[in-house]
Amino acid sequence: MDWGALHTILGGVNKHSTSIGKIWLTVLFIFRIMILVVAAEKVWGDEQDDFVCNTLQPGCKNVCYDHFFPISHIRLWALQLIFVSTPALLVAMHVAYRRHEKKRQFRKGDQKCEFKDIEEIRKQRFRIEGSLWWTYTSSIFFRLIFEAVFMYAFYFMYDGFRMPRLMKCNAWPCPNTVDCFVSRPTEKTVFTIFMIAVSSICILLNVAELCYLLTRFFLRRSKKAGNSKQQPNHENKEETKQNEMNELISDSCQNTVIGFSS
Amino acid sequence: MSWVLLRDLLSGVNKYSTGIGRIWVAVVFLFRLLVYVAAAENIWKHEHDEFECNIKQPGCENVCFDHFFPVSHIRLWALQLIMVSTPSLLVVFHVAYRENREKHHNQKLYKNPGKTDGGLLCTYLISLILKTGLEIFFLVLFYKLYNGFKIPRLVKCNIKPCPNTVDCYISKPTEKMIFLYFLVATSCLCIVLNVSELSYLVFKYSIKCYLKRHVKNEQ
Repeated sequence: MDWGALHTILGGVNKHSTSIGKIWLTVLFIFRIMILVVAAEKVWGDEQDDFVCNTLQPGCKNVCYDHFFPISHIRLWALQLIFVSTPALLVAMHVAYRRHEKKRQFRKGDQKCEFKDIEEIRKQRFRIEGSLWWTYTSSIFFRLIFEAVFMYAFYFMYDGFRMPRLMKCNAWPCPNTVDCFVSRPTEKTVFTIFMIAVSSICILLNVAELCYLLTRFFLRRSKKAGNSKQQPNHENKEETKQNEMNELISDSCQNTVIGFSS
Repeated sequence: MSWVLLRDLLSGVNKYSTGIGRIWVAVVFLFRLLVYVAAAENIWKHEHDEFECNIKQPGCENVCFDHFFPVSHIRLWALQLIMVSTPSLLVVFHVAYRENREKHHNQKLYKNPGKTDGGLLCTYLISLILKTGLEIFFLVLFYKLYNGFKIPRLVKCNIKPCPNTVDCYISKPTEKMIFLYFLVATSCLCIVLNVSELSYLVFKYSIKCYLKRHVKNEQ
């Protein structure tokens, strides 16, 4: 059980995402999860062992470490990644529910059902419209909120994104103000800034996706309103052509291979 | 042998679950198993090495650690995850038994062996009750063993061979407490999901039974 399992779960959602959603997923897996597992965990691996305080008083190091690092950066990032990936499950569940309904229709022998067999239903790619649009948009909204909350929590807990070399500790049982030294502060600062930068990129991608979905929604609505006044056939043909082009664009992105395993 | 086995077993259960059951599986995977493996395990990794007592007396630290942590939080967490996932296997076994029976008798005995009705419904309800019971049991165990869900920075130890009352310091108490609360919150969420699923199934099938009887009486 590892991040690979998350990749399997989210990979299924990828099929039904927009192009920006697919880019977001790639950024998430390559620049965040992979970096976390392959590099960042090793940098923070020895953090308490190499946290040294200038005192022989037993217990002082433990207490000072706990005071300055209530929750380790690496754990906070792991939680952030888990929470940020979770809204995509809403979409996966909605798609699964739609598939289930279509299978039921197919089994009942419904005339409306346009599929020839169950395999086609399983492989079908659902378009983001109707109730699925609402689910997808809410999932992006929740993602944004989680990203923002975690970034703020990070900033608040560690007074910025820099890792200082030296911390002065005064907590009992340290006898006086004691100097404590953090291990690898520069390397940790570099990785912290990198993870924050990638978080910001993900936030921008989510905002762009949200704007794109909203624009598409309002354009469709205005076209429908226009359609009801003009001749339906001509407008429908143009819309169908545009839809086909959109599908081609998103289908070409679908062939991007996300190769990740740990 | 690792958590992958549990993951594969639970994926198998997913097929025969209701919608709420699938949400439960997702919560267990993402918020409990993944958090355990990716984050929590590393916090408790060196808990014994980092447990420090203000004394040089050999053996005192060992004895004090053993006294305050009879079973480590992380091991209890792992046991809880395993125990809570296992009742779902009852459903898988029952479906396999049905399919076996059909093969043995060489005829279609059930409309759909995987559909929750009749005996399979009872098995499903029993598995839900067991899951809920085990969750509550582990939460109570955590509470009793550790005097609540707090992890203090300092514990005072008085056991032989420690000569007097000695101060012992636990490593990363705040981080451990945060993850302990996370564990409790997800356990409670799973209990709520199990109870709602139980009520939903009982309600649905009582209505079905009542309607069937009503239709029979009218006929």
